[in-house]
Amino acid sequence: MAITSVKNLKEFSTNNDRFEGAHLLCPGCAHSMIVRELMNCTDDNLVISSNTGCLEVSTAVYPYTSWDTSWIHIGFENAATAVTGAEAMYKARKRKGTLKDPDAPVKFVAFGGDGSTYDIGFQWLSGAMERGHDFTYICLDNENYANTGGQRSSATPIGATTSTAQAGTHSYGKKEKKKDIVSIMAAHGSPYVAQLAPNKWKSMAKGFQKALETEGPCFINTVSACTTEWKFDPKDTIHVTDLATDSLMFPIYEIIEGHELNILYRPKNIISVEDYLGAQGRYKHLFKPQNRHVIEQIQKDIDDNWARLQRREEARI
Amino acid sequence: MAEKFELNEVEVWDGNYATSQALRQAQVDVVAAYPITPSTPIVENYGSYVANGFVDGEFVMVESEHAAMSGCIGAAAAGGRVATATSSQGFALMVETLYQASGMRLPIVLTVVNRALASPLNVRGDHSDMYLGRDSGWIQLDAFNSQEAYDLPLCAFKIGEDMSVRLPVMVHQDGFTTSHKAQNVYPLDNDVAYNFVGDYVPVDEMLDFTRPVTHGAQTEEDWHYEHKAKQHKALMDSRPVIDRVLAEFKELTGREYKRVETYMMEDAQIALVILGSSVETAILAAKQLREEEGLKVGIIAPRCIRPFPYDLIRDAIDNSSNLKAICCMDKSAPGGAMGMLFNEVSSAAYTTNTRPLISNYIYGLGGRDFAIDEAKRIMKEQKAHADAGHITTNIQQFSGLRGPKLGFYETRRS
Ligand SMILES: Cc1ncc(C[n+]2csc(CCOP(=O)(O)OP(=O)(O)O)c2C)c(N)n1
Ligand code: SF4
Ligand SMILES: [Mg+2]
Repeated sequence: MAITSVKNLKEFSTNNDRFEGAHLLCPGCAHSMIVRELMNCTDDNLVISSNTGCLEVSTAVYPYTSWDTSWIHIGFENAATAVTGAEAMYKARKRKGTLKDPDAPVKFVAFGGDGSTYDIGFQWLSGAMERGHDFTYICLDNENYANTGGQRSSATPIGATTSTAQAGTHSYGKKEKKKDIVSIMAAHGSPYVAQLAPNKWKSMAKGFQKALETEGPCFINTVSACTTEWKFDPKDTIHVTDLATDSLMFPIYEIIEGHELNILYRPKNIISVEDYLGAQGRYKHLFKPQNRHVIEQIQKDIDDNWARLQRREEARI
Repeated sequence: MAEKFELNEVEVWDGNYATSQALRQAQVDVVAAYPITPSTPIVENYGSYVANGFVDGEFVMVESEHAAMSGCIGAAAAGGRVATATSSQGFALMVETLYQASGMRLPIVLTVVNRALASPLNVRGDHSDMYLGRDSGWIQLDAFNSQEAYDLPLCAFKIGEDMSVRLPVMVHQDGFTTSHKAQNVYPLDNDVAYNFVGDYVPVDEMLDFTRPVTHGAQTEEDWHYEHKAKQHKALMDSRPVIDRVLAEFKELTGREYKRVETYMMEDAQIALVILGSSVETAILAAKQLREEEGLKVGIIAPRCIRPFPYDLIRDAIDNSSNLKAICCMDKSAPGGAMGMLFNEVSSAAYTTNTRPLISNYIYGLGGRDFAIDEAKRIMKEQKAHADAGHITTNIQQFSGLRGPKLGFYETRRS
C-alpha cells in the first residue's frame, strides 16, 4: 500500500515499490530517493515521463526497466510535452468511452534534470504549464549535466567548477548565478509550485501529494545531491542535503496560486554556507584566498534570498 | 457525440481543407499542432470543427512543431489516434522527434504541406522538407491534388495502424499548388469514411494500468542494431499492406491509387519521373508531344516515397520495352549530390534488363514555376539522348534557372 500519511521512516521503507531498486544510478544518488518517494506517496495509477538524463539512462536499459508503471521517454527536452500529450489522450478517450478502466484514478508526472528543465526543455515546460494540463513536473536539480559528465547548466551556482565552467588559475568556476526557476514557474500562474528536499522527506511527501491532488500544472524543484559531480562520499547524500537546507542554500518552500508563499522548513540553527561548500569537492577552490570573495558573495545572496522569501511569505504577494 | 457535419456529394475544397475533413472523419483522438505556412489552414479548419462541436477529440495548440510531435508521441503511446500537420521550418524543427516516433512504432499521421527550407526564407512549395524526412523511418505518401489530399490521409491511418505495420505515416501535398488550389473533391459519407479507417486498436498503451509498459528505452551496441533492423523490415514489409489498403479504397470509391503511378508507359521511349502537383503538368506535356510530334513520352510518378518502390519502378522500366531515356525531376536543392529521385531510380533501373539512360533535372525550387513548355523541352532533350545513345548534356541540370546554364557531371562519350 502506498502512503497517504506516513508516520516514520520505517513505515515509509516498507511501502510497495513501484520503482525497482535494480537500476544503474550511482550508489548514493538522490534521484532515486526522490523518484521513489513520489511513487510511494500515492495509491493512484501513474503515467510518468522522463527527459534524457541520469534517471532515464539508468532505469530503462532494454530489456530491463525499473518502472512498474506506465513510463515514457522521448528526448532530452520534451518530457513535459510527452506526458501532457498522454494527458490529452486520457481526456479524449474518457470522453469517447474507449478507456479500458475509465474509473481508474490516474496522475500524470514528468521528471526532468536541471539541464532539461532550466535549459534545453525550458520552452516545452513553459508551454505545458501555460496550457494548463493536469500534471506535475518534478525537476531533479543536481545543478549540472551529470549524465554527460558534469557540464554547467543554468542551475549551476556561481563558483562551482564544472567541466565547461572550470576553476583554474584564471577562473573561480562558473561566473553566473543560478536561475530562479521556482519564481519563473510560479509566474506561469501555476496553482502549486515548491522547492523540496529528500532529507526533509515528510514535507517532500506532503508537497508531492499536494501537487498530485491539485488540478492543473504543478511544478516542484527538488534538490538532488550528486555524489559524482558534487564530489562527496556516497554515504553522505543526506548529510550534504542537510547542509544544503540548513545553510539555506536550498530553502524549502511552496507557492500556492502564484502568491501564497509558505516556508516549509526553518532551520533551528542556520549554518554558514562554508559548511555546505566545504563538504563538496566542486567548491574546494573557493577556499583559496583569491576566491574567498565568491564565498562571501554566495553567503550574501543566500541571506538576501532568505529575507526576500520571508517578506513574500508575510506579504502574500 | 460530435455534431454531424453535412457534406455535399461534390465539394470545392483546396488541399488543406480536404485534409482537415479527412482528419475530422477519422475521429482523431488528439491533434497537437503548431501553425506554419502553407499548412496553417489545416490546423485552423480543424480548430473550427473543435469550436463548433464537430469533433470529440482533444486539440492541443502547443508552442512549437517539436512540441507538436512530442505531444503526438505522448498521446499515441497513451493508445489513441493522433494526427498533426506542418511544413518546411516546422518540419525541420520536428526532425528529432520524427525519428523518435518511428523508433517507438507509433502510427501517427503527419500531413506535410511541402515548402522550401531557408535560407533564404521562402514560403513557396518545393520538396526540401519531404526529402529531409526520407530517412526518418516514416511511410511517406504523396498526394498530387486536393482529392488525393483527402483520400490519402484516410488510407494513411489504416496503413500505419495495421497490426503488421504500426509505423507513422506522412502524407505530402505541394504547398499552394495543392494546398491552396480549390478543386472538386468527392468526399465520403462520414460513417463510410470512419468505417473504412476503422476503430483505433491500442498496442502497449500507457492507459492500461493492468499492464505497465516502458516506452522509449535505452539500447546501446547490444540491441540498437537489431531494433533498427526490425524497424526497417516493418517499413519494407509495409508494401503489401499499402497495396491492400489502396485496393480496398478503390473498391469503396472507384478511385485507384498505386505506390507508383504510371501514365502512357506501355510504349514510352522516354519517361519523366516526377512528384506532386507537377505530375499533372508532365502528363499534359507528354500528351501534347505525342500528338504534336509523335514522341512517345511516359510518366512515372512515385506515390510512395518511403518505402521506396524499387520493385514497381523496376517493373515499370522492364514493362516498357522501348524505353531508352529517363529524366528524374527533383524539386529539392540537392546539396552536393544528384537529386534523390535520380539516385533511387538509378539503383532500381540498374537491376533492369534495359538499363535506360538516366539524367537529372533540379527544378521548381522555392516555388519557381514549372510550365508545360519547359516540360516538353526537357522531354525532347531526352529524345536527343535516346537517339545519340548517350546523355548529350551534363547528367545533372537545372530547369528554369536564370543566368548562365548550370550543369554537373559529364557523361562518358562513346
Ligand atoms: C537534444 C540533445 N542535446 C544534448 C543531449 C545530450 N545530453 C543528454 S543528457 C544531458 C544532460 C542531462 O542533464 P540534466 O537534465 O541535468 O540531468 P542529469 O543527468 O543531471 O540528471 C545531455 C547534455 C541530448 N541527449 N539531446
Ligand atoms: S552522476 Fe550524479 S545524478 Fe548521475 S547517477 Fe551519479 S550521482 Fe546520480
Ligand atoms: Mg542535472
